[in-house]
Amino acid sequence: MQAAAQEPPYFVTYSDKLEEPGNLEVGLKGLTGSPQDANAFFSPTLELEYGATGWWTTEVYLQGQATHNDSAIFTGFRWENRFRVLLAEHWVNPVLYLEYENVNRADKSLLEITGHDTVTDFQVSNAEGRADVERAIEGKLILSSNAKGWNFSENFIAEKNLANEPWEFGYAVAASRPLALVARSRDCIFCRQNFAAGAELYGGLATIHDFGLEGTSHYAGPTLNFNLRGTTIGFSPQFGLNDNAATVLWRFRVSYEIQQFRDWFRKGEPR
Amino acid sequence: MSTKGWPKLSILLACSSMLMAASGGWLSKVPDAERRRVNPFGGNREAVAAGAVLFQSNCATCHGKDADGKHSRPSLRSERVAHATDGELAWLLKNGSLWKGMPSWSSLPEQQRWQIIAYLRSLPPQTTEPRRAK
Repeated sequence: MQAAAQEPPYFVTYSDKLEEPGNLEVGLKGLTGSPQDANAFFSPTLELEYGATGWWTTEVYLQGQATHNDSAIFTGFRWENRFRVLLAEHWVNPVLYLEYENVNRADKSLLEITGHDTVTDFQVSNAEGRADVERAIEGKLILSSNAKGWNFSENFIAEKNLANEPWEFGYAVAASRPLALVARSRDCIFCRQNFAAGAELYGGLATIHDFGLEGTSHYAGPTLNFNLRGTTIGFSPQFGLNDNAATVLWRFRVSYEIQQFRDWFRKGEPR
Repeated sequence: MSTKGWPKLSILLACSSMLMAASGGWLSKVPDAERRRVNPFGGNREAVAAGAVLFQSNCATCHGKDADGKHSRPSLRSERVAHATDGELAWLLKNGSLWKGMPSWSSLPEQQRWQIIAYLRSLPPQTTEPRRAK
């Protein structure tokens, strides 16, 4: 059996690809790094993504991190929803993203960069960071295009801490393509259509008071996905583009898609 | 219109929607240029074989391993699918029918969508009573 539809190999950027209705994807997204002037860390994020309808996908994230010479802690959760705005395919497909997050300052998942997120955030000890819990809402405008096998996606991010803090902004852009557009006629594992490669660029845009590229961090890197029998394995080294960013971060992702999970709860024979 | 007319209008609209859904309302949305498109892999045996593999990976969980429908998801060996043009099926795969639960497969390369259509064309018509289409 070959791969299910190839997901774009992005770690931060969202595309217009929603989960198929009734499918449940269980994934683990990992980030590790050894930032300058901070301890090495590993941050796992558990993802549960469900296709509620053809135009609505909902997802829960559970996050944690372990820091060398410090401790391992649970850092919080997020609940996100993505809504496809236009029901047919267009040159640019907009998707609205709404999220509630409850994470503490010790979080190192870097699922996005907003405001003045910089490498100094990694220097905060777990004891200090876990005491500062941030409850925030986040919105993203996701624009995505599919042409000649390529996917191009652009995200504009706006985040508001529910405490009295200013709006923070960020961006992410990415492009990718499967390594082969035509499927082979026989069962294969390492054939090219099971791989997708691309590149990703993301960073912060500071706050509503000082909107711009200064005083925040930016990263870029190549990305690669391998997709087989509902299992996706992704990998990406991501390089800091300015002094506010870590030199390099390593990301990986493993996920499994349970197709038609909702059928488990249906009564009677399928036919 | 008086407010007394609203319940009747609502029922009429609901019935029309259900009729449209049952009769493949998506077909009426396909632009003429798309409708006329021809499968570049039509009749190609390699493409049919590749389409079969793609179908089992991407479509069979919803539409059944034999494409004869599952739960409320329609058979793809129905008369409607047999009579649809290649272009109409390609349009449906690309756009989906999101409101009815059929996702867009635009993330699957176009060539692979054509391979799936080539496979669907190779299937024999359904012999048993087909499932009601969405």
